[in-house]
Amino acid sequence: MKLTGSEILLRCLVEEGATTVFGHPGGAILHTYDVLPEHPIRHILCRHEQAAAHAAEGYYKASGKVGTVMVTSGPGACNTITGLTDALMDSMAIVVFSGQVPTAVMGCDAFQEADVVGTTRACTKHNYVVMKTEDIPRIVKEAYYISRSGRPGPVLVDLPKDILMGKAEFKGYPQEVNIRGYKPTLNGHIGQIRKAADLIAQAKRPIIYGGGGIIHSDAHQELQELVEITKTPITLTLMGLGAFPTDHPLWLGMLGMHGTYTANMGMIHCDVMIAVGSRFDDRVTGKLSEFGKQCKIIHIDIDPTSIRKNVKVDVPIVGDVKHVLAQLNQELRKVERDWAKEFEEWHAEIEEWKRRHPLRYDQKDGAIKPQYAIETIIRATEDKDPIISTGVGQHQMWAAQYYRSRRPRRWLTSGGLGTMGYGFPAAMGAQAAFPKDLVLCIDGDGSFQMTMQELAACVQYNLPVKVFIINNRYLGMVRQWQELFYGKNYSEVDLAVHPDFVKLAEAYGATGFRVERPEEMKAVVEKVVSTPGPVVVDVVVDREENCFPMIPAGAAIRDIIDVGDPIPEKLFQGIR
Amino acid sequence: MRDKDGKRRHIIGMLVENKTGVLARIAGLIASKGYNIESLSVGETLDPTVSRMTLVVRGDDWVIEQAVKQLNRLIDVIKVSDLTDEDLVERELILIRVNAEPTFRAEVLRIADIFRAKVVDVTPMTYTLELTGDEDKLDAFVELLKPYGIQEVVRTGKVVMVRGSKAVTKRYQEKLKQAAGKEMIVVAQQEEGNGQDLLR
Ligand SMILES: Cc1cc2nc3c(=O)[nH]c(=O)nc-3n(C[C@H](O)[C@H](O)[C@H](O)COP(=O)(O)OP(=O)(O)OC[C@H]3O[C@@H](n4cnc5c(N)ncnc54)[C@H](O)[C@@H]3O)c2cc1C
Ligand SMILES: Cc1ncc(C[n+]2csc(CCOP(=O)(O)OP(=O)(O)O)c2C)c(N)n1
Ligand SMILES: [Mg+2]
Repeated sequence: MKLTGSEILLRCLVEEGATTVFGHPGGAILHTYDVLPEHPIRHILCRHEQAAAHAAEGYYKASGKVGTVMVTSGPGACNTITGLTDALMDSMAIVVFSGQVPTAVMGCDAFQEADVVGTTRACTKHNYVVMKTEDIPRIVKEAYYISRSGRPGPVLVDLPKDILMGKAEFKGYPQEVNIRGYKPTLNGHIGQIRKAADLIAQAKRPIIYGGGGIIHSDAHQELQELVEITKTPITLTLMGLGAFPTDHPLWLGMLGMHGTYTANMGMIHCDVMIAVGSRFDDRVTGKLSEFGKQCKIIHIDIDPTSIRKNVKVDVPIVGDVKHVLAQLNQELRKVERDWAKEFEEWHAEIEEWKRRHPLRYDQKDGAIKPQYAIETIIRATEDKDPIISTGVGQHQMWAAQYYRSRRPRRWLTSGGLGTMGYGFPAAMGAQAAFPKDLVLCIDGDGSFQMTMQELAACVQYNLPVKVFIINNRYLGMVRQWQELFYGKNYSEVDLAVHPDFVKLAEAYGATGFRVERPEEMKAVVEKVVSTPGPVVVDVVVDREENCFPMIPAGAAIRDIIDVGDPIPEKLFQGIR
Repeated sequence: MRDKDGKRRHIIGMLVENKTGVLARIAGLIASKGYNIESLSVGETLDPTVSRMTLVVRGDDWVIEQAVKQLNRLIDVIKVSDLTDEDLVERELILIRVNAEPTFRAEVLRIADIFRAKVVDVTPMTYTLELTGDEDKLDAFVELLKPYGIQEVVRTGKVVMVRGSKAVTKRYQEKLKQAAGKEMIVVAQQEEGNGQDLLR
């Protein structure tokens, strides 16, 4: 049976199970949109292609299924670049299909032509330009396989118009892929795993430093087993949140620049560090020359390039976290050791840090403290098991600090690229994957304004995302750095003009609320949860609150500044 | 040989998909590390869908190790190895047009003879010579001809082959026979234990 490229593409998507597409049409991809309604595919018309890409990321992280994006050539494809880069940095599995000018005029500066494959080479895990209609099935199959397997990441498929319009025999969607240059390692090397087990069996003060890899490989159960067998305290990165229950006694809180005092102390006082699907980002290690000097390091990662990239490790294990932890747990179960007793001292030391240095803030009467707003949102919705996304900035860090969870894939945030504007469309994408679940976006007033146009899509497709704008009328995180390191020179961080967010919501046909007093906070959250459809809440907060603990950029972990600590003079970089 | 800053020349052998865009990916990756490719040669292998690429870059071992891992991560790269410390047969080819005026025409020919270079073009005033050999030999040849006046030099990138039975392509073909693709490389990685890809 001969079909057009567009028909073949859409049939392949259906076969692949990619039946939710975030997109925006245009000339080069019109031929595909023409037949789109004939296929069992739900298309969500995003108002900006960047948002479509973030929505696909949210869809992936929440569901574990690859997110799909469809855009036109030139400007459409170029608009996805921020989303692609974000997905690359945070290992999010998305596939972007971009229209392209006909092959005959490629390279001739045709109308709406951009060298999309060239431009996206550095921000995709892999990309393709399809040069023959009959190659579409194989390339679609490969694109999804590459995107989701190994270290997940974004894949772009560029589709020239004549390839979409041309006809070819459709022999069905391939069942298998065989890419000779791509065979991710799943099982860990048993010799290395035994070495790791030996090291853990000898440890006196071990710590687990887990990351996003645990979530990608759905290894939270194996992780919990590791903790239960060995009674090892555990901290997670911003990207790993959700991989371990936050009410567990061995939970230390998030680590890193704005992580808890306890988790960070754990990292510099441990004798064995077990890095699981985490990549030693500079927000975590602080000054590299002082990181991990006192301990032996075990590093489990599926991507060999993550290993020894920043930090020298003693026992590297290349493999999938789920497989490797299962193997490791098996070895550790054989160890005869009274773990709890052996670690009594270590656990006591940790309890002492927790007791002396908890997360804290002071909510007096008057203005709402942002931490209070965020903690209230999280606690008041906890029993509904919400999916929570964030923008980028102070509110993001507070949300991470006060985040409470029992299971993975309910926490969406932009870590590696730190993309303001990620939160709202990511929430929209997650809501598309789970229409009945409660999806919240804890956003910044700056961040929200980068992608707030998606209110239209949320209303149009009945995606009832609830957005809480933590409104400090500042680019708060930048203002905090200016306060601490640039002598309070608040250069261009004052968001002096805002739309009325309540009216804005209403203008889009959504519901808007405003809350200005702490005593109203809880009731508003409850009202929001019971309001159908998309809701925007303008949470007016204390403007100049700072986010602590904080390890200043470039400083060592031991230089951590806790809540209420004086700011060391030496940190000052600007001119007072 | 290392520079003062610990850098040295690395020879990287690769088997890659023989398709458009692959070279751009590889060049882009090396450039993103801030390294200049000193020489590069690409040619088809016995399997026309596979090209063999030999890359020479200068850098410190740790950075090159990262680059090799990242090259290996490229989907179109089938196999990569840093061959620097292997026992190699190394060859480059040079074409050199040198002045050959009557007064020293014979001398130039004699030098060419000593090096077993071929005369590939002759004019009344010049010789064009062709020579293959390792880098040192070619460098010496150029030095000796300099006094006569060199008009033009064209030099290829390096091609290398591991001595003995360990050659990349051969091993690779065995692997193809076993239809195991990268499976075997995975084993090599595991033996090394540090996730490094090895062609050996
Ligand atoms: C304003 C701001 C502040 C920040 N502050 C902090 C902070 O205080 N603390 C913090 O932790 N982060 C912070 N971040 C985030 C930080 O920049 C990094 O994004 C984050 O630390 C990386 O998390 P990760 O190590 O879990 O790696 P990820 O980016 O999640 O990478 C996952 C790793 O796991 C591997 N992997 C993937 N799949 C598998 C698998 N199946 N099996 C095995 N391995 C796998 C990957 O190869 C990769 O190495 C901040 C970001 C922003 C924007
Ligand atoms: C797209 C983008 N531009 C700039 C930045 C730099 N940046 C990081 S945090 C921040 C301020 C965010 O402000 P807001 O969303 O209001 O959050 P707040 O810190 O006030 O909670 C800025 C500008 C960024 N991360 N992303
Ligand atoms: Mg703000």
